[in-house]
Amino acid sequence: MNRIRKAGKQETAESGNQESKKAKQFCRLFLVSWIPDVLLILCCVPVFLIHSSAAAPVVIGSKKFTESYVLGEIAKRTLTDAGIPAEHRQGMGGTIIVWQALRGGQIDAYPEYTGTITQEILKSDRSLSLDEIRESLAKSGVGITEPLGFNNTYALVMRRSEAQRLGVRTISDLQKYPQLKIGLTHEFLDRQDGWQPLRERYALPQRNIVGIDHALGYSALANGSIDVKDAYSTDAKIEENDLVALEDDLHFFPKYEAVFLFRLSMPTDAIAALRRLEGTLDEKRMVRLNAEAERTKNYTRAADLYFERSTGSRNSVGESFSQKLARWTLRHLQLAGFSLLLSVIFGIPLGIVASRGGAIGQAILGFASIVQTIPSLALLALLVPLPFFGISVRTAIAALFLYGLLPIVRNTASGLQDIPRSLRESAVALGLSPIARLWEIYLPMASRSILSGIKTSAVINVGTATLAALIGAGGLGEPILSGLNLNDHVTILEGAIPAAVLALLVQWFFDLLDRVLIPKGLRV
Amino acid sequence: MNGLVKLVDVSKRYADAAALHPTTLSIERGKTAVLIGPSGCGKSTLLRLIIGLIEPDSGSIKFDGEPITSDKIDALRRRIGYVIQEGGLFPHLTARANVLLMARHVGTSQEEMHKRLLELCELTRFSENLLQRYPVELSGGQRQRVSLMRALMLSPELLLLDEPLGALDPLVRASLQKDLKEIFARLQQTVLFVTHDLSEAIYFGDEIVLMNEGRIVQKGSVTDLRENPTDPFVSEFINAQRGLASL
Repeated sequence: MNRIRKAGKQETAESGNQESKKAKQFCRLFLVSWIPDVLLILCCVPVFLIHSSAAAPVVIGSKKFTESYVLGEIAKRTLTDAGIPAEHRQGMGGTIIVWQALRGGQIDAYPEYTGTITQEILKSDRSLSLDEIRESLAKSGVGITEPLGFNNTYALVMRRSEAQRLGVRTISDLQKYPQLKIGLTHEFLDRQDGWQPLRERYALPQRNIVGIDHALGYSALANGSIDVKDAYSTDAKIEENDLVALEDDLHFFPKYEAVFLFRLSMPTDAIAALRRLEGTLDEKRMVRLNAEAERTKNYTRAADLYFERSTGSRNSVGESFSQKLARWTLRHLQLAGFSLLLSVIFGIPLGIVASRGGAIGQAILGFASIVQTIPSLALLALLVPLPFFGISVRTAIAALFLYGLLPIVRNTASGLQDIPRSLRESAVALGLSPIARLWEIYLPMASRSILSGIKTSAVINVGTATLAALIGAGGLGEPILSGLNLNDHVTILEGAIPAAVLALLVQWFFDLLDRVLIPKGLRV
Repeated sequence: MNGLVKLVDVSKRYADAAALHPTTLSIERGKTAVLIGPSGCGKSTLLRLIIGLIEPDSGSIKFDGEPITSDKIDALRRRIGYVIQEGGLFPHLTARANVLLMARHVGTSQEEMHKRLLELCELTRFSENLLQRYPVELSGGQRQRVSLMRALMLSPELLLLDEPLGALDPLVRASLQKDLKEIFARLQQTVLFVTHDLSEAIYFGDEIVLMNEGRIVQKGSVTDLRENPTDPFVSEFINAQRGLASL
């Protein structure tokens, strides 16, 4: 099962009414009380957001790999065909993220595997029957379908030629070759049913273990950087890359029957529609759908195969590159623009306070600096479990906002501190009120420094916003992630080049803004 | 005595040393008093106490009979004009905006502002054509004229000048000295002028206040200081400056 990011067709600019109203209110507030010029321009960046539409469609989630995508797409089609509005939020992340999203009500259903449920969700150390699983899940308000019909368990795979040369057929055979290099996905390395217990059960002697992305692992396997990796038994790549799955002769891996998990609060007709998928997909069929999805890089088409419809008849299939690019770019600008707006709204006042020094000033600058040192991925991961955030655009914006804060706070503070004492005193001695001093004298005099802070934030945000795709928030990171997962350089460039161009444009735009906003007397 | 500003036993200490020992001084209406003394003698400290940039550690300062308190300080500052050595003009504002800043702030009408601006240009011999320029586009002398206009805009009762000519070259300085003296006479302005230059002090001062090491050593006319020095420092200071002048 290959992990693929795919363009989420449903994520087009469905401006959530509520959010957009909030955004407008923000703008209005800001316009009255804050540097109006900067604001006008920033408000031009579309800030209206995202998910939460009036019809409240059933939201299907999926994990970040091909098979989950295809199953999600099939579920969506099944619901839509039954007349139930549905949308599919593709590739949201790993098990815990999607499970939390289901419990939090951000999604209504997603495809899962019984082994994963037992080990990762219910954290049971023995295998559970489907009824036991159903009973435990019900406590969380979650239901489970009967198996869809195939067992997608873990497997260790090797190059066919290498396996034949060494005479390796089963996992036990690996004991004889301690020099083999093993590359494992990070998830498999950490799972309770993953590498550690497997190594113990089989007494595997290999010491050369590396953590590697699933898709990149196939390339590594092909070029001999590693000899063994983990995979899933229905993974289309096994055949494609001429690999063999080693027999699990000690029956270590639990069963991974594919099922759908759904919220028990979901409408009954939606549950009924989902249950129609039970027992309809055997392993062979799933492998075929996965292979189709990977070959065409089109999940809708693979889902169509399941319904045995002709492909290409649906208009959702044919989103042209320019449409996709426009959608990614728009979302990217929304993410970067809205987070920048927040950084400005909070950063400038914080910078003003920080410029006065003292314990509070130090604390503000310290906090902003510390946030900056947290790796962006880690920051996203830290925000995801928080109640308000979860897997959402909000999380991406919050993370970008925090990243954008430091340059603005620091530059506002230093810009204000750099104003010569004689000029500060002149403003005081004139009898200007403190507020007038700030607005008419200090802030304009610090404008060059403040604007350069905003520019730095904007460029950082445009760059970092590519990571938002990791939590399904879209943007130009989507093709980059897809490309990474597919090991497809062209797809990576489809996102990377526009992101770089966008960063340059933002830089250029702010250079232009400098000329408009910085008072002429400061530019001579 | 009809003093506009009265300081009684005012003192100021900074962390390391006393900037001003308890000092009593009255500034008479319509007169120009000159504070003179070597660097660090406390003359600027005295000025900054009057405009409220710093607060005294002890003693009281009264302006027009009213004690200076923090809630009234902004209103009071508008009755005082303040010019510093580098002019203190705001670089992001044109000369005109600098001059009109406070008038706009207190809500003076456009007409009145314009009228006053023309008056001031005439008074300070500043060309109206230069009003649109930013401070960086003006010469040092022009900047001081703008700074003076700004200080005079609201017709202040007291004008505080902290070495206003200190950074100018001699020719510009001489012409500004002459103009300033005329302006003070014309406006019957109460002025407190800080300088370290004796000839300038003599030129402007109705009364000269000589300071040293945070204390007023002697005050009076230049003749007083020259002929009846109360302290060896007075003669020393006057002779040193005259010695230079006679070169």
